Amino acid sequence: MNKQNLVVVGNGMVGHQFLQSLADSGQMEQFNVTVFCEEPRLAYDRVYLSSYFSGATADDLAMGHIEEYQSWGLNVLIGEAVISIDRDTQRVHTNKGTTLFYDKLVLATGSFPFVPPVPGHDREHCLVYRTIEDLEAIKASASGAKTGVVVGGGLLGLEAAKAIKDLGLETHVVEFAPRLMAVQLDEGGGDLLRRKIEDLGVQVHTGKNTQQIVDGDDAFHRMEFADGEVLETDLILFSAGIRPRDNLARECGLEVGERGGIVINNNCQTSDEKIYSIGECALWNGRIYGLVAPGYTMAKVVVEQLIGGEKQFLGADMSTKLKLMGIDVASIGDAHGHTKGALNYTYNDQVNGIYKKIVVSETGNELLGAILVGEANDYGTLLQYALNGIKLPANPETLIVPNFGGDDAETGLGVSALPDTAHICSCHDVTKGAIFCSIEAGAQTVCDVKADTKAASGCGGCNQLLTDLVNYELEQRGVEVCTDICEHFAYTREDLYNIIRIEEIKTFESLLSAHGQGHGCEICKPLVGSLLASCWNEYILDTPHVGLQDTNDTFMANMQKDGTYSVVPRVPGGEITPDQLIAIGQVGKKYNLYTKVTGGQRIDLFGARLEQLPTIWKELIDAGMETGHAYGKSLRTVKSCVGSTWCRYGVDDSAGLAIELENRYKGLRAPHKIKFGVSGCTRECAEAQSKDVGIIATEKGWNLYLCGNGGMKPRHGDLFVTDLDKETLIKYIDRFLMFYIKTGKRLQRTSVWMENLEGGLDYLRKVIIDDHLALNETLESQMAHVIDAYECEWKRTLNDEDALKRFRTFVNSEKTDNNIVFIQERGQIRPANEVEKSVAEPIKMMV
Amino acid sequence: MTTTNEWLDLCSINDLVANSGVCALLKEEQVALFYLPNEQKVFAVGQYDPFGNANVMSRGIIGSKQGQLFVASPLYKQHFLLEDGSCLEDAAISLPVWKTQIINERVMINTA
Ligand code: SRM
Ligand SMILES: Cc1cc2nc3c(=O)[nH]c(=O)nc-3n(C[C@H](O)[C@H](O)[C@H](O)COP(=O)(O)OP(=O)(O)OC[C@H]3O[C@@H](n4cnc5c(N)ncnc54)[C@H](O)[C@@H]3O)c2cc1C
Ligand code: SF4
Ligand code: FES
Repeated sequence: MNKQNLVVVGNGMVGHQFLQSLADSGQMEQFNVTVFCEEPRLAYDRVYLSSYFSGATADDLAMGHIEEYQSWGLNVLIGEAVISIDRDTQRVHTNKGTTLFYDKLVLATGSFPFVPPVPGHDREHCLVYRTIEDLEAIKASASGAKTGVVVGGGLLGLEAAKAIKDLGLETHVVEFAPRLMAVQLDEGGGDLLRRKIEDLGVQVHTGKNTQQIVDGDDAFHRMEFADGEVLETDLILFSAGIRPRDNLARECGLEVGERGGIVINNNCQTSDEKIYSIGECALWNGRIYGLVAPGYTMAKVVVEQLIGGEKQFLGADMSTKLKLMGIDVASIGDAHGHTKGALNYTYNDQVNGIYKKIVVSETGNELLGAILVGEANDYGTLLQYALNGIKLPANPETLIVPNFGGDDAETGLGVSALPDTAHICSCHDVTKGAIFCSIEAGAQTVCDVKADTKAASGCGGCNQLLTDLVNYELEQRGVEVCTDICEHFAYTREDLYNIIRIEEIKTFESLLSAHGQGHGCEICKPLVGSLLASCWNEYILDTPHVGLQDTNDTFMANMQKDGTYSVVPRVPGGEITPDQLIAIGQVGKKYNLYTKVTGGQRIDLFGARLEQLPTIWKELIDAGMETGHAYGKSLRTVKSCVGSTWCRYGVDDSAGLAIELENRYKGLRAPHKIKFGVSGCTRECAEAQSKDVGIIATEKGWNLYLCGNGGMKPRHGDLFVTDLDKETLIKYIDRFLMFYIKTGKRLQRTSVWMENLEGGLDYLRKVIIDDHLALNETLESQMAHVIDAYECEWKRTLNDEDALKRFRTFVNSEKTDNNIVFIQERGQIRPANEVEKSVAEPIKMMV
Repeated sequence: MTTTNEWLDLCSINDLVANSGVCALLKEEQVALFYLPNEQKVFAVGQYDPFGNANVMSRGIIGSKQGQLFVASPLYKQHFLLEDGSCLEDAAISLPVWKTQIINERVMINTA
């Protein structure tokens, strides 16, 4: 069989989807495929581009992977662009001199950002927002800037505004139209969005026509507008729409639209039937689709066309739902009511900042469109009404008016009402039927269904609907879905926290008898134990608390795989005296423990048997050390660099501050462990930006970063506020920690907490800096209580006969556990494996 | 049918920790003892964790699932019913169990 030469120009999101679909079709071997990828890397997720600023790396965003492409047999040329097409000889030519024959050619060249040709638009620090390289340029420019202006108040412009705001710039949005997101929103929606965005500290200027950009007096640029006003700024980001990259097509004589775009038919063929075009460069029925989902559909159509199927492209829905700076915004179908005879209902709640409008047909039977700002929970339901032509209820306004009680006022469209053909995820073309099949085949959770069908892994807009649908279906099948922490408490962690605070509950027993049922379990017991400790900080081995603790907290050491424990004394800030080092060394030697420097700048002693823990700790405490809480969901370490005391670059005493902070917050129990870092200058040797709380010295004070994470899913901390004096810094950290303790979910690190925080960083600033919730005094006094109540748990335990009894391996014998066997390796012990245990001579252990 | 001489005196009730576990040696065998004062009951199951291959069961948390009492392994969190030692995650695996009774503040274990 003769293979066809298939050439693909462009490896963006849609180009990648095309290759993926071709691979999925199983027909790849019919073709010799060559892919030209102009960018220096394979396709990545442009939709989540902004997350690059909050720590996602190019690798995280990558969609195309070279190993995978190679396994599909593709020939991929990275960094190589097609510069011309010769249709007569069916050849493409590239910037690197390659010439290649094609039987079929696919143009997936995407679009470029439109920069209005105002004088000065090409000055330095005038940038765009489309590629990873663009973002790097923005980051570089922003580092020397105070203010930034985004030209364009559309969907992308607002996203760009958030990004530069998060980089710490004073941010402005300049929009030509009289309102924001003019394409998707009406006046009411646009006004509310504007108010909300301004509340977050972004200044919005609508109806502004930029005439020229010149040198500024106080900033790098000065923008001059047609109405005579001016705005000074250091950085300008153009986001004034996109233009299809149709130049290749234009130059080889393919038909293009009057205002650009490669004309395609329902088969996604251009005016030359050997050439297809898909994605943002294609013009179908006079329209360009600036969203990924229609491009994905086009990609699938072309795959079908190539392998002999019949699928056609028949237009796509442009409804969108997004979170802009933490604000929900959604627009569905004919949002402006252009359809003849269309009628609308609006609900405008200025108090809570919620605007909703629905557009219905003349007969009142059909939903044509909708706009939601401030709250978009109904998006999924409304979209399904619109897409599937489902008959509206008698009073359509009930769909958007809040339901204040009233038992049978249930108006949301039950997911059960949707037909099996209803599209749940338009990005990945997943129907309700396909989701049921996935559950039928064994999917047990929303995650399973996502992995199976890819639903909700595109723009994410269908997430809520998918969750509702999967949960509904699982419930139908008798699988329990609920948000209670466990069967013993029908509450969330935050509910329990509030109950404990308000009712001043001091024990698990009293909480269980008043608000729970059963005996508790390994989920709720440690959780309640932690809440009680966060609130009242009583000794965790007190009789009512002891049974609540995980084994690590119970024995105040970390259990290892063989049932022995590790011991970690606190080394605040990583600073340790030679005498302390010697003392740790002596203990290690005496008890024959494996010693290792941890990733947290301290020393771990492994292989201690239960009954050895008290004597080991006695020796450590006598040498002036205390517990390091390596076992607790609590403050772990404050990592430091040596700082200005020794380092020639240091601008402040980072080690000193680290020690002070570690001593302040030690023992503080929280939803999960908490780590700090303090660096003495921007070289960041303490890696503070990867910690829950990161602090970096500047010439003018301390910069505070929050919610960073190393570990499984690294996240850079967000720059929260700059140049603080120490007193204010500590106040903010007190408030931050207590607010996290109050609202975090079980085992949720601050990074994940932040990712889920409604309103995000700006909201957190409002709470902590502006005291938006009038909570700060309380948070500070709660923290003061915990700090006052601190005592070293090991010191206390050594003075408590009852508690010590617990550290016997056997309550009725002095023998030791004969299943603990060590092997020598690199001059130290390690646990024997099962085979070694059966043959080895045990190494003599200290009793 | 059990006869009295099959009951062995293991330890004092004061060696136990309320709503939690301790370990005792029954000849060469390690037994995890869980004391629930509200139920006035002591449960005895094997100390060896068959998943983690370590003697740790007494250090797990006690809980209940739909009324059935269990201990969760401190290593990898599998649940074992205190009543019969069966593992909720794997029907093929169970811990040994013993009957106990409290007589004059002493914990007695049945070795039959
Ligand atoms: C001992 C140590 C490894 C070492 O030899 O260096 C260690 C050991 C464990 N880490 Fe870690 N982590 C250690 C530093 C770190 C670091 C580095 C750091 O702190 O700078 C990180 C990445 C930073 C971070 O947390 O953001 C780290 C990220 C994790 C994670 C992933 C957390 C996450 O949010 O993704 C886990 C799993 C978890 O907590 O759920 C984990 C869990 C664990 C557990 C609890 C795993 C377990 O269940 O046994 C280990 C406790 C063993 C023990 O007995 O101490 N460990 N772990 C380090 C102790 C530091 C200390 O002095 O207290
Ligand atoms: C910040 C941002 C946020 C967005 N958010 C959303 C969203 O929430 N929802 C949504 O649906 N859409 C969103 N979009 C739009 C979405 O990213 C695009 O619709 C999608 O990327 C289009 O895919 P494409 O493959 O057509 O174009 P692209 O992804 O632009 O890919 C085209 C590729 O072709 C390459 N190329 C061009 N010419 C040549 C040539 N001659 N030779 C070789 N290679 C060439 C280009 O370098 C580029 O890599 C967003 C876009 C941005 C920038
Ligand atoms: S961060 Fe690095 S350069 Fe700066 S003070 Fe610390 S050690 Fe020195
Ligand atoms: S609709 Fe975009 S991810 Fe499902």
